[in-house]
Amino acid sequence: MLNLSLKQLSDSLAAKQVSSVEMTRFFLDRIAKHNDELNAFITVDEEKTLAQAAAADARIAKGDVAPLTGIPVAHKDIFCARGWLTTCASKMLSNFIAPYDAHVISRFNDAGAVMLGKTNMDEFAMGSSNETSFYGPVKNPWDMTRVPGGSSGGSAAAVAARIAPVATATDTGGSIRQPAALTGLTGLKPTYGLVSRYGMIAFASSLDQGGVLSKSAEDAALVLNVMAGFDARDSTSIEHAPEDYTRDLRSTSADPAQPLAGLRVGVVKEHFGAGLSADVGGPVQAALEQFRKLGATLVDVSTPSAKLAVPAYYVIAPAEASSNLSRFDGARYGHRAADYRDLAEMYSKSRAEGFGSEVKRRILIGAYVLSHGYYDAYYVKAQKIRRLIANDFAAAFAQCDIVVGPTSPTVAFPLGAKASDPVQMYLNDIYTIPANLAGLPAMSIPCGFGEHGLPVGLHMVGNYFAEAQMLNIAHQYQLATDWHARAPEGV
Amino acid sequence: MSLTLDEVHRIAVLARIEVSDEQALATQAQLNDIFALIGEMQAVDTAAVEPMSHARDLTMRLREDVVTEHDQRELFQSIAPRVDDGLYLVPKVIE
Repeated sequence: MLNLSLKQLSDSLAAKQVSSVEMTRFFLDRIAKHNDELNAFITVDEEKTLAQAAAADARIAKGDVAPLTGIPVAHKDIFCARGWLTTCASKMLSNFIAPYDAHVISRFNDAGAVMLGKTNMDEFAMGSSNETSFYGPVKNPWDMTRVPGGSSGGSAAAVAARIAPVATATDTGGSIRQPAALTGLTGLKPTYGLVSRYGMIAFASSLDQGGVLSKSAEDAALVLNVMAGFDARDSTSIEHAPEDYTRDLRSTSADPAQPLAGLRVGVVKEHFGAGLSADVGGPVQAALEQFRKLGATLVDVSTPSAKLAVPAYYVIAPAEASSNLSRFDGARYGHRAADYRDLAEMYSKSRAEGFGSEVKRRILIGAYVLSHGYYDAYYVKAQKIRRLIANDFAAAFAQCDIVVGPTSPTVAFPLGAKASDPVQMYLNDIYTIPANLAGLPAMSIPCGFGEHGLPVGLHMVGNYFAEAQMLNIAHQYQLATDWHARAPEGV
Repeated sequence: MSLTLDEVHRIAVLARIEVSDEQALATQAQLNDIFALIGEMQAVDTAAVEPMSHARDLTMRLREDVVTEHDQRELFQSIAPRVDDGLYLVPKVIE
């Protein structure tokens, strides 16, 4: 069961070769064995999980089967799940039992999927290494002395170590794609608005988007079929006609050797300059050559404003975070300080104790850029840069169908290497942030190995709602290569 | 530009986060590094550019003015730090 695809797991359930309880038990046992070292899960509740598996078995017995019925799925601890501890990896929510289900969670429940547990992450999704978690850092299964990336580091480590078949995640500036690259997984961030943010604890609302970390594009397509969909409770949910994201997972070309014939792949020249580590650049270039072999045409595209994406992001995201996180005040739920003299002190002490240093830093940046006298110079300026970046993509998509480059400038770095230098940490997301600012769908897929035998990710950005097309491009690449099928040693 | 220590304390008050003098000093240095990065934006002329507040140009939806939520006070208050008789308790605000 270790390396089976979701389709294969689903088929084995349908054929009654294995029950959901047995399958779930298999992964729970693997979590019990490996999680102490990996720290990929914050919460595991075998009783609740096995009850869901038993219910799935009853559904399967009745023939009431959807593609994910009975499949165990790990969820990032940013998604509220009724009756489950939902911490967002923060002391602030370390006692928060969610009283309701996120839209994403109810979609999985409706599909009969089994909730395997809640995965570790950077606190409030703020980080690129999973080192800001109140519950401690997550280890990269490829090298336990290195980070798995962040903020969805627990979801990534869980799938990479094969202690979960698949996991949900969220992406505000690269939090699905960068961990996917660093752990050898397929990561998909859909078009902004495709997956409901209801019950997904907010970081930067105009950028946050739920998605998936999986072993293949085919798995990601199956999961997106469940996650995507309009939800009136999210004011920015898009009323988009439901799609079958698996529909394009086949050759669209007449020539089977050239499944990508006619596809125009835009190569972002700015992303291959200084700052890109050579051991990452090599495998990415080789992937471009593979695309050409599969029939695609490579075209050079330019996104000149992308270099300002990191500065603009570190105005917009903290500004939205400072507003969103003002709800954590110790009054109605979450952490409250033990001693305080008045209401103001109750707020300021509860927040000082409840938030970690990176979260506080971002709230302070946000409060500053939104404060009187600085709003135009920072916040409005950043919004204008955001427009320039979106315009760059629009121009690129006039020349090509998909934009590609590296996902991350380096392979996974050692734990602690960048933890004390916020600016160095922020620059990890230099290639991934532009897609969030523009609201475009994007993926990372494994494309080889760099220094120390660590995975390298290829980044793809598609046009709005091009998920099915992008998943097929990734699928064709994965049919022709086996990078995505490699697992860390000892797994 | 760089933030003074007073400004760090001022924004900490705005953000309702208690910060000691020692923490403010460490935070000041880190925030100034971050603002040096952010400052790179100022090199570009954006006078003619329309700000983009959102990933997609959306119009806000309207819905019927009907009740969609039911009362779950007990459930919600079961996770509150302090409640009494259905009320959330906080320090006295009005004398």
